[in-house]
Amino acid sequence: MHLKNLQLNQFKNYQSAKLEFSEEINCMVGINGSGKTNLLDAIHYLCLTKSAVNAQDNQNILHDMDFFTVFGEFEMAKNSLEIRCIVESGKKKQIIQNGKAVEKMSDHVGLLPVVMIAPDDTQLIKDGSEERRRFFDNMLCQLDKSYMDNLVRYQHFLKQRNALLKKFGETGRINKALLEPYDLELIKLSKLIAATRQEFVNAYKPLLLEHYADISGKRETIDIHYDTNCTAEDFERQFYQNQSKDLILRRSTMGIHKDDFVFEIDNYPIKKYGSQGQQKSFLIALKLAQFEIFHDKKNTKPILLLDDIFDKLDDLRIEKLMQLVADHRFGQLFITDARPERSAGILKGINAQAKFFKVEQGHVSAWDQ
Amino acid sequence: MNFPSKLIEDAVTEISRLPGIGKKTALRLALHLLKQKEAVTESLSQSITKMRTEIKYCSVCHNISDTEVCGICTSMRRDKSTICVVEEIPDVLAIENTSQYNGLYHVLGGVISPIQGIGPDELKIDSLINRVAKVSSGDKVDEVILALPATMEGDTTSFYITRKLKEYGVKVSTIARGIPIGGELEYTDEVTLGRSILTRVNYSAD
Repeated sequence: MHLKNLQLNQFKNYQSAKLEFSEEINCMVGINGSGKTNLLDAIHYLCLTKSAVNAQDNQNILHDMDFFTVFGEFEMAKNSLEIRCIVESGKKKQIIQNGKAVEKMSDHVGLLPVVMIAPDDTQLIKDGSEERRRFFDNMLCQLDKSYMDNLVRYQHFLKQRNALLKKFGETGRINKALLEPYDLELIKLSKLIAATRQEFVNAYKPLLLEHYADISGKRETIDIHYDTNCTAEDFERQFYQNQSKDLILRRSTMGIHKDDFVFEIDNYPIKKYGSQGQQKSFLIALKLAQFEIFHDKKNTKPILLLDDIFDKLDDLRIEKLMQLVADHRFGQLFITDARPERSAGILKGINAQAKFFKVEQGHVSAWDQ
Repeated sequence: MNFPSKLIEDAVTEISRLPGIGKKTALRLALHLLKQKEAVTESLSQSITKMRTEIKYCSVCHNISDTEVCGICTSMRRDKSTICVVEEIPDVLAIENTSQYNGLYHVLGGVISPIQGIGPDELKIDSLINRVAKVSSGDKVDEVILALPATMEGDTTSFYITRKLKEYGVKVSTIARGIPIGGELEYTDEVTLGRSILTRVNYSAD
């Protein structure tokens, strides 16, 4: 699978732009703030119906305008697929596949696998568990439709239960019978979701360890484990035991929304004990393992978006990553770099068809080194 | 939109409050009314006012009614041992139009959704329980049919009502969900199709 071309209208800092891509390597060069990452984000929109950067669709419209469209043509194994994404303020977001509107966004997610590596984006390691759940949920949603359905239902019931707990707290009147339907659904869905998460981590872990060893040069050992109460034999009992606590705190304290994915380095949490370089290696290994699992499950190489890696990684890690590029482990690649000569130099040594684009304040042109 | 007259503007503002009606349609309607004889608009506004002030809700099933108790609840020909629970008034009309149901109704006025601040107290759930509990009046309720929307809120409400009715030993059923008549399997959404397979019924030619 690869993206043949991309057209933007009023998307972020682009009034309009049109790009024809290489099947292999595409490199966007230009100074900071010129709009390189926005091009990657447009591709992210086409694949996953949302931005990788800003969750507010409206804020991705060019200033003072009221809509944006992103259009791209994907070459698939057997056919081609035209995707158009339209966001108009005050209206429902639209995804159009070959001229036909997709009814549910969730039907589109998973069709076009994409992996983005932004090494500066270490929130995944440093921030709270929410970021990590989001990362794994995103992966699982792209791979497993029933997981996504269960997760959507879970989040909905959780919101209802929390609203109920809040109301009980405010009015001082508790109706336990009313909690029951939510309790039963949350328990049932927690068990299903936790089992899928555990199974996924088991398959994902060996890939992660392998890529970390590869990227970092095998100096330290890392580990990942899934931390949850929901797979415990007596989870149901624990859930009900916590009910009085829930009523006092006015929110739900048990369930898969409390899970974490723990990242460790030499048996210590990487959040606290990992150096910046180790954290970056870990982040890249997470994404490369994601790439591999998508490749395996989807039978196609995902599109890979590499945001600003030359600036944010040291030479050793760049070299390792570029070795994978040179070995043709990846499919189509999109890279951004603030320094044109640097990427031109690095990519020159690689036997692949590379195309360069010069980005200047929302204008894109072909750059001929 | 700029209006040549304040009177028109006021009328347009009021009309456009109606569901599905924007400013342009409202203006078209207002100008249409201006062209009619005065008696026509008089009669329109009177019927609206009258409807609003004189309408009653059935004290038993909470359907719309001209009388204290509605025509369905007082009818001698209806089966008083069965109550069909629906969310809103149009649902009664929809089921009536099928001509397949001869029992009574109970309009909840919504479904339970704490996010929107709707709990059992905001709905006619206690009134339903009372109807079932009241055995002395002679009309014993044998079955309650839950005909609530196939949404998460509808399901939650059905669950809650079922639990509340448990102690009265009444039969509680829910309407079947599945492939629409004349529907193609390949165009049916997976959840509905999956559920129809799980809740399949014995084949019957009737």
